Amino acid sequence: MPDILSFVLARYNYWIVIVLMMTGLYIVFSRGNLVKTVVGLNIFQTSVFIFYITLGKVAGGTAPILVGGHGEEDHGEGHGDGHDAPHDTSHAGPHGADHGAALTPEEAAAYALEGRANEAGALARADLPSTPNLDGLHDASIGANALTPGGAAPAIAAPSVEVAVMGAHGEAVIASDQAPSAEHAADAALDILYSNPLPHVLILTAIVVGVATTAVGLAIAVRIREAYGTVEEDALERMDNEAAGYVAADEAGATPG
Amino acid sequence: MSVLDHLPVLPVIVPLVAAPACVLLPRGDAPWGFATLVSWATFVLSAMLLIAVSEAGTLTYALGGWEAPLGIAYRIDLAGAIVMALVSGMAALTLPYARQSVLAEIGAGRPGAFYGAFLVCLTGLMGVVATGDAFNVFVFLEISSLSTYALVAMGARQDRRALTAAFTYLVLGTIGATFFVIGLGLLYQMTGTLNMLDIHDRLAGQDNKVVRAAFAFVVTGLGLKLAMFPLHRWLPDAYTFAPSAVTAFLASTATKVAVYAMLRFLFTVFGFGQAFSEVAFGLFMVLGLAGMFAASLIAVFRDDVKQMLAFSSVAQVGYMLLGISFATADGVAAALVHIVGHAFMKSALFMAVGCVFYAVGSHRMGAYKGLGRRLPFTAGCFIVAGLSLVGVPLTAGFVSKFVLIEAALDATLPVSSLVIVFAIVASSLLAVAYIGRVAYEMFLTDPPEGAPAVSVPFGMLVPMALLTAANVYVGLDGSGLVALCRRAGDALMAAGFGGMAS
Repeated sequence: MPDILSFVLARYNYWIVIVLMMTGLYIVFSRGNLVKTVVGLNIFQTSVFIFYITLGKVAGGTAPILVGGHGEEDHGEGHGDGHDAPHDTSHAGPHGADHGAALTPEEAAAYALEGRANEAGALARADLPSTPNLDGLHDASIGANALTPGGAAPAIAAPSVEVAVMGAHGEAVIASDQAPSAEHAADAALDILYSNPLPHVLILTAIVVGVATTAVGLAIAVRIREAYGTVEEDALERMDNEAAGYVAADEAGATPG
Repeated sequence: MSVLDHLPVLPVIVPLVAAPACVLLPRGDAPWGFATLVSWATFVLSAMLLIAVSEAGTLTYALGGWEAPLGIAYRIDLAGAIVMALVSGMAALTLPYARQSVLAEIGAGRPGAFYGAFLVCLTGLMGVVATGDAFNVFVFLEISSLSTYALVAMGARQDRRALTAAFTYLVLGTIGATFFVIGLGLLYQMTGTLNMLDIHDRLAGQDNKVVRAAFAFVVTGLGLKLAMFPLHRWLPDAYTFAPSAVTAFLASTATKVAVYAMLRFLFTVFGFGQAFSEVAFGLFMVLGLAGMFAASLIAVFRDDVKQMLAFSSVAQVGYMLLGISFATADGVAAALVHIVGHAFMKSALFMAVGCVFYAVGSHRMGAYKGLGRRLPFTAGCFIVAGLSLVGVPLTAGFVSKFVLIEAALDATLPVSSLVIVFAIVASSLLAVAYIGRVAYEMFLTDPPEGAPAVSVPFGMLVPMALLTAANVYVGLDGSGLVALCRRAGDALMAAGFGGMAS
């Protein structure tokens, strides 16, 4: 029983999305008032915004900007490339294959980190051919608190990922200056946890679309109020049916507007 | 680097940049002239693009020089180039028609706003086809839809029901677009990319609840946009009450573009590796057939000619879905031929209806009494385009139905091909019934006593005549179009099987 409970609670953000989505759709379908319909539509769209944001959010992650104090050349490179990495590397990850059916925020986090870890791995490889494998780096980064400075720990198993992220709450990994070059480069890329910015940017666009839709919807509602004198769907339907009957009875032509 | 290197993006950019400028133009004919010029420029660019693609194969264009996985890529395959040329061609023909029609139906109040919205709509439709980025499809779909809502609502001056029609369209269209974007979110969750080809590569072999949910959301969302049979509720009212020029343009382009987006997602994004594709194709066949019959039957009993044709549009979408449901290159080619053919016939028909409205002031069946004598040219165009809709030999409709039947006979289907062929023929007979009703009123009924002589401006007749001629031309010599669509279908299928079409 507690398993189910924790399963449900761990995905609370998805429940918010689902509840909002259904609320919005229900309002759209059940309310007769046009303005309320538009509001319902808006809530429905908002649920999708939250869905996207939840996809990209890494627990404790920050915006993908250079954070002060880490501006040295090689670090900078790591950061710069890091936030593009999830985009083209995450699919290959074992978590995508294993837990694809229900991605949790932790896994989304793992995705994002994986991306960065791969990037870091690439950097590290450039420096030192015999780096530990990527999974090692990846897990090392997540089990941050437990790690010795700069130590890659390939032994940590993948399932620990979720726990570690929950536990760590995104505390930034502090890179150690004494670390050997390969790990140094890797840590440089990992020392700040970034959220995946792409879904957030997409949602900025979608918000604009949503605002435009709401504006057009309300504008049409205003025009309907002017033309019919009401914004209640039942009354509108009755008038429209009467108009149709009127035209059928009198073949003169279009109904007066 | 010449301008032509940017050819894939120009047909989208040109109307987009022109639209705000159009709004700022003074009253009078300036906005109309400007929009017409822009639409013709867009058409020329799209035609050049079509030639380039048919010679060189699929074109890709990285926006801003950012290559595909990171930046937004435009990817234009042959099918896309055909649809783009069609859409811009329809705009180029509709706009000359629009001048007097819009003056009569909307008035001279704010022509800039109307033509600006029209150009934005054109931009959106072109963009949906051109882009190779899944999220971009959503944005362009909404660009075209939002302007469409406004354009439909502009019919309010003639009939206030245009407003409620536009509102219903807005609600359902937004739900459709939101479903689509939920599907994209799920796809992004699974693949970490938005580039269509990338998604396809990364989805290969993945079959789980998320991918299935994504598929269902995308198909339902696009199904709403293209008025797939049970999701078509918005279409008849929107087309009936929109201004004639808007209806002529939308009926020939909007649903077609959504059909193309559906093709793109079915074949180049999800592909054939998925078991659930089979289910979707089965569903398309059932819904396509149901739409062909149900909507045609409703059309037979409509007393408003414009509404009748609007229901007929729902039925015609059924033919396209049927072609897609065969899941063969020939089936897709048939759907593409029908996209082109239906655009020609439906816009000619709606233009004729608009001409009648201009002259007589009504869409009711009663107003068509004796029009064969009062407006012989318009009535003639209506009949030719109507015969094309039925699928009489020597018209475009015959070619597209012939190709569809051929594809049905060649395909391996869950039901006997002959049943499908029978259904196609039977639903064509329903088209005979409703076109026949109008023909009867026009040619076999006397005009009402003392009906005044009426005329339609030249500017409205010429585009209608050109489109009618296009119907006959495709009917006489459709081999070029069919061959082109076959190649496009082959390319799409090749992409569906995992090979690169380029």
